Order: sequence, then C-alpha cells, then structure tokens
Amino acid sequence: MIFYLLRRALYAIPIALAVGFVCFMLVQIAPGDPINAIVPPDAPGDVVEQVRRDYGLDKPLPVQFGLWLLKVVQGDLGRSLATGRSVWSDLSTAIGNTLMLAVCASIVGFVVGCTLGGLAGTFRGSVLDRLATGIAVAGVSVPHYWLGMVMVVIFSVQLNWLPAMGAGPGGSSDWAWDWEHFQFLVLPTITLSVIPTGIVTRTVRGIVAEIMNQEFVVALRGKGLTRGQVFLHVVKNAAPNALAVIGLQLGYLMGGSILVETVFSWPGTGLLLNSAIFQRDLPVLQGTILVLAMFFVALNLVVDLVQAALDPRIKRA
Amino acid sequence: MSTAAEAELAIQAKVAVAKGQGYWAGVFKRVRRDPVTIVCATILLVMFLAILFAPLLAPHDPYQGSMIRRLRGLGTLNYPLGTDELGRDMVTRLLFGGRLSWFMGIVPVVLAFIIGTTLGVTAGYMGGKVNMAIMRTTDVFYAFPSVLLAVAISGALGAGIVNAILALTLVFIPQIIRVAETVTQGVRNLDFVDAARSSGASGFTIVRVHVLGNVLGPIFVYATNLISVCMILASGLSFLGLGTKPPEPEWGLMLNTLRTAIYVQPWVAVLPGACIFITSICFNLLSDGLRQAMDVKG
Repeated sequence: MIFYLLRRALYAIPIALAVGFVCFMLVQIAPGDPINAIVPPDAPGDVVEQVRRDYGLDKPLPVQFGLWLLKVVQGDLGRSLATGRSVWSDLSTAIGNTLMLAVCASIVGFVVGCTLGGLAGTFRGSVLDRLATGIAVAGVSVPHYWLGMVMVVIFSVQLNWLPAMGAGPGGSSDWAWDWEHFQFLVLPTITLSVIPTGIVTRTVRGIVAEIMNQEFVVALRGKGLTRGQVFLHVVKNAAPNALAVIGLQLGYLMGGSILVETVFSWPGTGLLLNSAIFQRDLPVLQGTILVLAMFFVALNLVVDLVQAALDPRIKRA
Repeated sequence: MSTAAEAELAIQAKVAVAKGQGYWAGVFKRVRRDPVTIVCATILLVMFLAILFAPLLAPHDPYQGSMIRRLRGLGTLNYPLGTDELGRDMVTRLLFGGRLSWFMGIVPVVLAFIIGTTLGVTAGYMGGKVNMAIMRTTDVFYAFPSVLLAVAISGALGAGIVNAILALTLVFIPQIIRVAETVTQGVRNLDFVDAARSSGASGFTIVRVHVLGNVLGPIFVYATNLISVCMILASGLSFLGLGTKPPEPEWGLMLNTLRTAIYVQPWVAVLPGACIFITSICFNLLSDGLRQAMDVKG
C-alpha cells in the first residue's frame, strides 16, 4: 500500500516537469520570434537585444527551459504584454473565481449524477433508466456554450429571472454569499454542470448495475437485510469509483470552463485566456495554461491517492 | 483419401466464408433492429447530403447581406429561419456552415485515427522500451484537460482552420493511442498470433493480418464516438475566435457573432448551436449503436 502511494506520488514529478515543458514550448511554437512575447512590438532594437540577453533567449533551448523553470518555481510567471502587471496577480483572482464555479458545478453534477445513475442502475430497463440514459447522452453531446446561450435566452431575456452575465455588483473582488451575488452564479453553474452530470450518471449506472449482479448482494438479500441496508453496501462499493470520476471532472471543468466563462463573462481563468488569445498576450496564455494544467496533475494525484486509501481492493493490485 | 481431405478443406473454407459474412450480416441485422441507431444514421445522412449539395439547395448567397433586412425573425417571407446580424439568410448560412463544421469535426478524428492507431498498435505489439517511450509521452498529453490543450495549442499558433485542426488532432491522438495499445495487448498473446509466429510469419505480416483485423473494429467504434466531441470542440474553438475567420460560415462562429443579437432575435441566434447539438448527439448515439452491434467492450 505505502509503496503504491509512494510510487504514484513520485510518478507525478516527471509528469509535472513534462507538462511544464509543453507549456514552455507553447511560446516557442507561436509564429514569430519568442522575444515578441516579452517586449512590445514597437520597442527599439537595442532594448530588444538587452531583453534577449536578460531573459537568456540567446542561449540554447534546454538552458532556456531551465532558466524559465527556475523562475516559475519561484512564482514568477512573467509580465502581461497588455497590462504590464505580473501574470500571477491577475491569475490569482481569476483562479479563485474559476474554482468557485467549477466546485459548484461539480457538486451539482455529483448529486444529480449519482441520484440518476443510482436509480437507473437499480431499476435497469425501466422508464427511469431510459430517461437517465437519455439525459446522460444529451449531457455529454450538448455544446455547453450553446446551452449557456439558451439558458440566457430563457431565464434572462424571456423570463427576466436571472442576470445574463458578470459576477455581480462590484465585480469579482466584491463577492459575498448573498442572493444579490449568488444569482450571477446560478446559470453558469447549471450550464457547466451538464457534462459532469452526464458522465457521473453513466458511470454510476454502470457501477451500480454491475454490483447489483454480484453474488454478495444476493447473499445480503438472502441474509434478510432490508432494501435500505443492501443499498448501503452498494453505496460503499460504488463510492470510490464515483468519487474518482467527479474528482477528475473538477479538473476538466477548471480547464474547460473557458467557453462557459466567455458566454457569461464570468471573471475567471477562461475569460483571462480569452482576452490573452485576442491580444496575443503569450505570457498570460502560457502562465494560465501552466497553472491550470499543474492543478489537473495535482488533482489526478490526489484522486489516485484518495481512491487507494478508500478502496482496499487497490492494495492487492 | 486425398480427395476426401480436399473436400473436407473446401467445406471448411465455405463455412469460414459463410461465418465471415455472418459477422457483418449479424452486425447489420442488429443495427437494423435498433431504431435509435437507424434514426440517427438517417438524420446524419440527410444532413450530410444537405450540406454537400448546399450550393444547389441554398435559396440565397451565403455572403451577400443587406442592411435593411438585418435580424429578421423566424418565419419571415423568403427567409423562413430569419436573417443574421448582417442581413444574410440563415437557411443558406446554416447549410454552408455545416460544411466547415463537419469538416473540422471529422478530419482531426480521421488524422488522429491513422496516427494514433499506428503508434498505439506499435506500442502494444512491440512492448518493452518502444511501449515505454510512446505510452509515457501519451501520459503527458493526458495530463491536460482536452479543452485546455486544444485552446492552448491553437491559441499559441493563432487563429485559422489549419491550426485548429492541428490542435484537435494532437488532442485526440493520445486518446486513440491508449485504446489501440490496450486492445493490441489483448490480442497479442492470443493463440492464433502464436500460431502465426510459429508458422514463420514475419512481425509485419502478423500485425497486418492478425492484429489489425482484430483491433481496428474497437478503435473505429471509439473514433466515431470522438467525432461527437470533436464537433463540439471545433465549433467551440471557432466560437472563441480561434478556428474559422469571418465572413466564412461555420456554426460555432455564427453562434459567436449572433451572441450580440440574443435580445433582438433570441431564437434565430441559437439556431447554429442546435445544429451542432443534433449532429453531436446523433454521432454519439450512432457510436453507441455500433458498439453494441459489433459487440465491442469498453
């Protein structure tokens, strides 16, 4: 067990390094001289040369990667071309907003998905099962940015119940957990939650159906346990996998919220990425991608470790 | 004696041929009995023909707008699905838009299918260091959420159809490699591969005849499922301004430019997204149907 955990934790290190290398290469594959990602295009020639030397851009690529990595580890992600502020200062507030949205969407997706999937798996072949399966397929095939627009059309334009965009009065810096602010979170959360809902429903349905077919469930029933007690045993067996799925979904949502954030002008990493793309602000693009990808690597590790701790069957494997 | 043996062989061959036909006939039979798959296949076929013959079917010019008939609603005379923010006919734009959306939804998956299968089968069949090199590289790309990776690559390369296709292909290659590697490893140790090897077949022949024949089906089914994802991602990139550039009609881009019109003509504005949704869900259900009919696990 301890060896598995250690080996898994150690394996995260080369992965994190390689992910860092891919992010480093993003600026290299961008058309044009990478120096253009650091200095504005109208800078005089000698300044460009000075910066080139300061940043080590005249050195070979592996050395450049080492220098870049050293800075990143110290928390220096460079400066934005558009604003001149350090990338981290904009990114830190944006990450908080994206995390809030992604966590809310994951909770909704987990609760709805487990309920639908659990019911569908227990009553296989029923109308309920077909409904849940239909919702699951629709959830993973719907372009969520379009669903967001449809939500805005229905709930903001037609019914005028909820605000269409933004993060409330005073923007993201002035967030509070009251209705005045919370109403801005409702539509983005529902929109973002359709994907995890679909995936969790599908997974939980499969797990529950498989467990229900196993002999120990028949044995439990034979022992005279009530339905509720049997159900608890099923939950105990299904929980590690379901938690692993939703844990990874949180990471996918963090990275994938760019489209939903664009639709709702939610001030998170997605909106930051979007403006960075438009202004060709490569340091911001690189920094945001790096932090989100590292978050995903860390989350993957945590999910694996937690799953191993919860599920005694993994020890033997 | 020898004639009897020959007759026996001939019968066996006939049975084998009949069985070979029987598999595909069985698949076809199962598909035919599955109404959902039939409906989805029909919808996709109609859509494909409609966008293929868009120049013949479209009532107007896809680029010709008019300031005096901007943002007409559904059911307008001559413009049954209304007009967009530049006064262009929505029926025409949707028909022509499907061409690029389908193109960008299918091409990356086809490219990833070819490259990913090659690498995955190589990794699965060779094992050892080759497997290690290919699969560990795959792990790195798996460490990115797919939307983020697509946005990162096409964001760094800049807007454009070719860059978007490149980015999406790179997103799907690792996923296909993983599936191809797993199924190849499953087939590699089966008896008939051993038999072929001991009868002197070269590695290349074994892969070509015995491995590919058995792994292409499952990988193909997985790839059809990816088309649904790719359609959403490709249109999503255009929606962000990273794929197609205006005035080219494409569903994701149309959705983006019509976003400003949701207060004026909300139901016209969401039409391109409905097209993406229908295509994506049909490919998804078709893939599920194929998976069941071909009895592929996973």
